[in-house]
Amino acid sequence: MINIKNRSLVSITDYNKDEILRILDIAEGFEKDQRQKILSDYVIATLFFEPSTRTRLSFESAVQYLGGGIVGFASPDVTSVTKGESLKDTILTVSNYSDLIVMRNPMDGSARYASEVSPIPILNAGDGANQHPTQCLLDLYSIRKTQGSLDNIDIALVGDLKYGRTVHSLVQALSLFNTTFHFVSPESLKMPSSVKTGVKKAGLEYHQYTDFMEVIPKADILYMTRIQGERFPDPLEYEKVKNAYILDNSMLETSKDNLKVLHPLPRVNELNEDVDDNPKAYYFQQAKNGVYVRQALIAAILGLK
Amino acid sequence: MKDKRTELKVSAIRSGTVIDHIPANTVFQVFMILGLEKSDKQVYFGTNLNSQKYGKKGLIKISGKFFEEKEINKIAIVAPTATIIEIEDYVVTKKENVHLPEHINKIVKCINPKCVTNHQKVPTAFKIIEDHKGTMKLLCKYCEKTMSQENIEFL
Repeated sequence: MINIKNRSLVSITDYNKDEILRILDIAEGFEKDQRQKILSDYVIATLFFEPSTRTRLSFESAVQYLGGGIVGFASPDVTSVTKGESLKDTILTVSNYSDLIVMRNPMDGSARYASEVSPIPILNAGDGANQHPTQCLLDLYSIRKTQGSLDNIDIALVGDLKYGRTVHSLVQALSLFNTTFHFVSPESLKMPSSVKTGVKKAGLEYHQYTDFMEVIPKADILYMTRIQGERFPDPLEYEKVKNAYILDNSMLETSKDNLKVLHPLPRVNELNEDVDDNPKAYYFQQAKNGVYVRQALIAAILGLK
Repeated sequence: MKDKRTELKVSAIRSGTVIDHIPANTVFQVFMILGLEKSDKQVYFGTNLNSQKYGKKGLIKISGKFFEEKEINKIAIVAPTATIIEIEDYVVTKKENVHLPEHINKIVKCINPKCVTNHQKVPTAFKIIEDHKGTMKLLCKYCEKTMSQENIEFL
């Protein structure tokens, strides 16, 4: 059953498999014909309570390609939030001025709360360390587009698998499809058991590695993430692993022809710039796909597609 | 004779509640969450008592006090094996095991300092789940973090 219209999207698990595929299909239509002025009578609010480059700009670009109006802010410093206005009051006020609210907020769970108090749908653009469902959808879009399908994919997820919210949501979403997972991380940043249990429950396979090179020839998708130094209780531990998961171009020699390298960006040093010119590098195109996916979500939630 | 009197004094409450089969290591937690340290009622408690069913157990008796569902739900979270026995005029009028509700609303604080419930006026809401080892956890409806029993702090 597909039920997207007028519904908030807070977490990727709010959507079932058919709903995810529906969004990806609509996004494909926007990739073919991006400038469809279907939002000319609509106003979208973008409330960014913390900084963002890709997410905010791609949402705003999505709205403008569709011919819609935008109200909002890129930082709460210029709003009544500085006077102590509650999130509820901000949402109720902004809902008077717009048809849909896109929100990023540093508080975990703020998007779920906003969706409960708001009379109009909320699209979560990241609530602290909790959820970022539009990132997950654009990752799925990128995988499907480059591999032709979301089924029978070997995906290697590399780096910080313990704390990275992006990889957790992606594994959850890919568990709806026939995926084989390869988890590559230092011992101290292994994928949490709760996520691995989900994979097993879905009847899928996962393999764990600490050696990066071993997994490269097996993968269709190499999903790189950043290892954050501040996650390590012991700085010595960080020093030991910080360079263990850096991808450079020569390492891709043994990879499959269809391999694509993905990264949610921003990168620090885990993707050497010499990978950028390799046709297997897909991360900037991945960020571009974010616009199509966000166009699709806005159009579907407003009932225009 | 002296021992027997002590036993009788502790056992018999005319009217009130006995909380039996508390895991021995959570008696003080139950005591605190019910605010019994501030109670002006007669309260007896014991721990490491022999129990046929559990080996060791704890027990609390409170004279002249009956608990509401919200308080019984709190007991269930820290002492899921507990039995609540209500006594009126020395007669047991009700005896039932506590049972964990599916949802725990407004009584537990979320452990995540970044959770919206710790920054805005949002009533907390948790779902009771079991982790992959079968251990009870509380899943926050908002921040989606799970919390173990030992980290529970009541509001």
